[in-house]
Amino acid sequence: MPTFDRELSLTLGGEAGQGIQTIEYLLSHLLKTAGYHIYATKEYMSRVRGGSNSTTLRVGEKSIAAPCDRIDLLIPLDKAAITHVQNRISPKTLILGDKSRLGEDFPLIDVPLEKLAGQAGSGIMANTVAAALVCGLMELDAGLLNQFLSSYFAGKGAEIIRQNLAAAALGLEWGAKIARQEQIKIAIKPTPEVKNQILLNGAEAIALGAVAGGCNFVSAYPMSPSTGVFTTLAQNAEKFGLVVEQAEDEISAVNMALGAWYAGARALVPTSGGGFALMVEGISLAGMLETPLVISLGQRPGPATGLPTRTEQADLEFALYGGHGEFPRIILAPGNLQEAFLLTARAFDMADRFQTPVIILSDQYLVDAYYNTEKPDLASGEPENHFIKTRADYQRYQLTENGISPRGIPGFGEGLVCVDSDEHDEAAHITEDLDIRSRMVEKRLKKQELIKETALQPTLLGKAGSQNLIIAWGSTYQVVKEALEILSLKDTAFLHFSQLHPLPATTAGLLAKARQLVIIENNATSQFGKLLQLETGIKIENRILKYNGLPFTVEEITEHLKILWEGGLE
Amino acid sequence: MSNPYDMGAIDIAWCPGCGNYGILNMVKSSLSELEIKPEELIMVSGIGQAAKIPHYLKTNFFNGLHGRALPAATGIKAANPGLTVIAESGDGDMYGEGGNHFIHTLRRNPDITNLVHNNMVYGLTKGQASPTSQPGFKTPVQVEGVSEEPFNPLAVAIALDAPFVARIFMGDKEQSKEIIKQAIKHQGYALVDIFQPCVSFNKVNTYQWFKENTYYLEESYDPADRQAAFQRALESEKIPLGIFYRHESRPTFESTLSAYREDKTPLSRRKADFNKLEELLDSKK
Ligand SMILES: Cc1ncc(C[n+]2csc(CCOP(=O)(O)OP(=O)(O)O)c2C)c(N)n1
Ligand code: SF4
Repeated sequence: MPTFDRELSLTLGGEAGQGIQTIEYLLSHLLKTAGYHIYATKEYMSRVRGGSNSTTLRVGEKSIAAPCDRIDLLIPLDKAAITHVQNRISPKTLILGDKSRLGEDFPLIDVPLEKLAGQAGSGIMANTVAAALVCGLMELDAGLLNQFLSSYFAGKGAEIIRQNLAAAALGLEWGAKIARQEQIKIAIKPTPEVKNQILLNGAEAIALGAVAGGCNFVSAYPMSPSTGVFTTLAQNAEKFGLVVEQAEDEISAVNMALGAWYAGARALVPTSGGGFALMVEGISLAGMLETPLVISLGQRPGPATGLPTRTEQADLEFALYGGHGEFPRIILAPGNLQEAFLLTARAFDMADRFQTPVIILSDQYLVDAYYNTEKPDLASGEPENHFIKTRADYQRYQLTENGISPRGIPGFGEGLVCVDSDEHDEAAHITEDLDIRSRMVEKRLKKQELIKETALQPTLLGKAGSQNLIIAWGSTYQVVKEALEILSLKDTAFLHFSQLHPLPATTAGLLAKARQLVIIENNATSQFGKLLQLETGIKIENRILKYNGLPFTVEEITEHLKILWEGGLE
Repeated sequence: MSNPYDMGAIDIAWCPGCGNYGILNMVKSSLSELEIKPEELIMVSGIGQAAKIPHYLKTNFFNGLHGRALPAATGIKAANPGLTVIAESGDGDMYGEGGNHFIHTLRRNPDITNLVHNNMVYGLTKGQASPTSQPGFKTPVQVEGVSEEPFNPLAVAIALDAPFVARIFMGDKEQSKEIIKQAIKHQGYALVDIFQPCVSFNKVNTYQWFKENTYYLEESYDPADRQAAFQRALESEKIPLGIFYRHESRPTFESTLSAYREDKTPLSRRKADFNKLEELLDSKK
């Protein structure tokens, strides 16, 4: 008898426009409300209608935050949805769907989704039937589902609500019937701690983290996958008093943000690699003006327009080197939703304190992934501005011991605040005095030392000094963590970096202790490996790299590590 | 009377006889006559000879990148609408490198004054054609003379319904200064295209040439008439000077922002509302 007691992996597939996103939203929110740990990740094509997209939901008794290959239940809305995920289907996978549409090529349990939807009023509600079907299989409370649907469709009028409730009732009944007849048992228990957790995706985590960091100005030009950050902030602009503007291009967006910071705002620019390419001159300008700047760079595969809706970690070197001349910068890469929130908030403080650009590297995988997590702690308090009230003799680029010149803003104090993109003297006037040039270069670079002192330590899972050390950065944190929990490898630890530049001074020491190192990156050339070698002299020979546009899955990492460290297995 | 914007004896990087000096003086006296405090004014510029102007005025300035004065100025104004913001640069900067921003700033309509030194040449890079160079104008790059149609900033601005569109010649001090003052006082985006002789690289459009080829729009001319304004902006035989187009019907960019609907505090003095943030996070439970 197919039984799922600790966890269920459910995949839904269909064309764009068939409502897969709605099912994902409904089920993830509903199951979270019902007290299940929930995780959802989607992969989709760059088109508005047609194609083949899928969403995988994992429902469990313990917190889950990583993609897996395994499919326990597959609900395809069209035939292509099956072939699309064919290599993830195993003999144990149960397929539920419309036999009349899907044909006989695959063994499946017949559920006439469209017909049922038709009975309730219209075939387009097949997605509501599918969502309810899962609830029926899980013996979920009908009241909860009805309440959820009523509020979800609230804006669409009474008739739509009524029809969807009818469709849900039919789906629920079919689900329960299948569970009885086919003897499918989903025995995952809800957990009380889930109730107090929040469910959100990476884009929301970054956007709300920005608010927590005092962000009050957003200028951007839309580009996947950063659009979610932009829209979340736009939708909350009124609530938080944010200025949000869609610029004519990324060049304008970054220059607006620099103007805003100069005038005392805290500005964020969300973008992706292609947009960042246009912002490079602005990054360099921030370096020269010593104006703070926060950029949220959601990576997608390149070069150029690449794969617009897929994921990759291949813009690290670009973030590191984009911009001409030499000046300090900070690069952060959150490993999960908690960090996405907290590091984005922190980015504003760092940018303000060190008067330099901070780039938050996320990726399509992270911004689109949903799961329940602890509500981030706001106890660290409301952000503080680091600008000063100026005196009449104020000089923006005063040479100081630590390289940080007190930053004034125009209209606050008696002084004049002048900034210049040409090399300048302490008063910001253009200079070709080459002695001043040298001192200004040194002043700007001095800040890098200060920044390094405050660098975030990498997260170490496992014992310090382990023989085997796995290294990863950014969004791969959770998947590696889960793989390690499955494997229980001997004498193995995992070191995850969420500050990539400047690296903390401890880095070389941490790496040198291990006898075998392996690096895991969602790119083809191991960009972080190269950076580590540059900084520590240590070359990491073992590399687990993936660059087909999809994130790593738990099974992939597990397999790779098994092959590599078979002997290390207990 | 001493001018608060005066820098005293400084080294100015312009060629002797350049039209930029006259513009600097006009801008300086306009600002002091309007009694705008230097602490509350931001001069924003790009790169070029004209773009050096903020360095010659005692005020706040943001001297950014080539072509990017307008986005930076928009960001400054939107962060603190209480400030007076002037974006001032050359024709290459504003209409060439910054052409896209020029168009979209006009659509956005922030309350900033855009002063463009139009010398019909690239000064700082030593004499290449600019978007406003006249056909036939020969340079080391345009060896056979400019063949492109010159950019018509006024016609473009009127087409985009910019609420204040004017052209002046720096040689006519008094009239020009009055127009600059009106532009600064105007609520919303104001364009003043300023004819400026470049004595080093433009031997065609000289002081004499501007004098001979320009005239003022007649007293009876009505700047509220958009059709007429457009027509006058297309005249090229003799070039009109004055306020071509002016109206108050478009809301400014800042006034449309929900952030300022109830609260006029500049962003620098606002605090993140943690209660609302807690509430929003709780709604995700
Ligand atoms: C991105 C970029 N491209 C090119 C330049 C070189 N450059 C400096 S000023 C200038 C043209 C300036 O012409 P204009 O705005 O008409 O000013 P003018 O010097 O005539 O006053 C150019 C091309 C630059 N600084 N930055
Ligand atoms: S090059 Fe032309 S515009 Fe520049 S300062 Fe000399 S005369 Fe003036």
